[in-house]
Amino acid sequence: MVEIKTADELNKKFLREGMWPTIFCNGCGHGVVLEYTFWALEELGLDMDKVIFASGIGCSSRLPGYINADGLHTTHGRAIAFATGIKAANPDFHVIIFTGDGDCAGIGGNHFIHAARRNIDMTVIMINNFIYGMTGGQLAPTAPLGSIATTAPYGNIEHPFDISNLACALGANYVARWGVSHPYQPIKSIKEGLEKRGFSLLEFLAPCPTAYGRRNKLGDIKKHWAWYDDNTILIEDYEKIMKYGTEEEKAQVKDKIQLGVFQDIQKPGFFESYEKLVDRLREKETKAKEGKK
Amino acid sequence: MIEVKDDWCKGCNICIDRCPVDALEESDNLNRRGVRPPKLKEENECNYCRLCELICPDLAITVIPEEDDKKPVKKTLLTPVGGKLK
Repeated sequence: MVEIKTADELNKKFLREGMWPTIFCNGCGHGVVLEYTFWALEELGLDMDKVIFASGIGCSSRLPGYINADGLHTTHGRAIAFATGIKAANPDFHVIIFTGDGDCAGIGGNHFIHAARRNIDMTVIMINNFIYGMTGGQLAPTAPLGSIATTAPYGNIEHPFDISNLACALGANYVARWGVSHPYQPIKSIKEGLEKRGFSLLEFLAPCPTAYGRRNKLGDIKKHWAWYDDNTILIEDYEKIMKYGTEEEKAQVKDKIQLGVFQDIQKPGFFESYEKLVDRLREKETKAKEGKK
Repeated sequence: MIEVKDDWCKGCNICIDRCPVDALEESDNLNRRGVRPPKLKEENECNYCRLCELICPDLAITVIPEEDDKKPVKKTLLTPVGGKLK
C-alpha cells in the first residue's frame, strides 16, 4: 500500500468528490473533524470495505455522505441504535458514528447511555457546537449557561450537559474531548478510539459561527475560533492548578472547558461477553446430552 | 509550495490567521463563490509545518515540501494551553 503524505492524495482516497464542496457554512469546524478522521484511518491502514459510518440528523450527520465508504443516514438520535444492529450482524466491521450534540445528547440520549453502559464495540465521534445548527438554532442540552438561542432568547438558564463526564461514569472504555484547532492530539485520539475494543467517545468542540456565534456576539470567524482557545484548558493543567495553584489562578480556570483524554480503560465489550456466554451454554448442553447416554 | 483548490475555498481565512510564520495572504483573483482564496506571499518563511493543510475545513490546501530548501523551523502552537497566545 502506498503511504499517503499530502492532503491531495488523501482526498482522492477517502473523499466522494462529486459531493464536494460541503454544505457547511463558512468557518464551520465539521470539515476539520472529517479530515482528522481521514488521517487517523490512513495511519491505521484499515480496509475501507470493513468500515461503516452511521449518522443521525443534523449538520454533523451529513459527514458520512462525503466519505467513499458504506454509510447509514438514519432517523434523529437513533444512529447508535442502528450501529448496534450493524455490529450485531457482523462483529468484524468497524463502526464509526458521526453525531452532533443535539442528536446524541438531546434526542438520542437514552440510546447513547445504554450503548455506553453495555460497552458495545463502536467509536462515537460527537461534534459539539452547543446548538441545533441545521434546524435553525434551537437550544441544545450542551449549551453553556447564559447562551442565546432561538428558543432561549433571554439566555439559557438550564445547566449544560457534560457528555464526556457522563460517558466516564457509565464506564466507556475510551473518552476524550478536543477542540478542532490543534491537529495532532485529536488524530492520535481517534486512532486510539478506533483501536480500542469497546465503546469509545470522542467529543469535539466545533465552532458554529452562523447559529451560535452570531447570536451570542462572539464576533467573526477569527474571534470565534479564538474563543475556543481562550475558554479551554488541558485536563492535566486544570488538575495541577486546582491542586497547587493560588486562589487567583483557580478563579481564572474554574469555568474553562477541560480538554484531554478522560478515561482509558479496558473492560470486555458486549459482544465478547456474549460469545463467551454462547460457548458456555453450548458446552453445558453437550455435557447434559452425554450424561443421558 | 502550497497548492490551493480555488473553487473549494469558502474564504474563512483560518489558514491566514493561524499560520505561525504569517506566510499566507489573500490572493487577488476571485473564485467561483466570489471569495479570495489564500496564496503564499512573495517573500515567505514557510517551513512546511502543514498546519494550514490539517486545519482547512474544506480540505482545499495541499502542502508540498521542497526537500533542498531548509528553513529554521518555528514551532506552532500545537497544544491547547487555555488562552496563552502564540
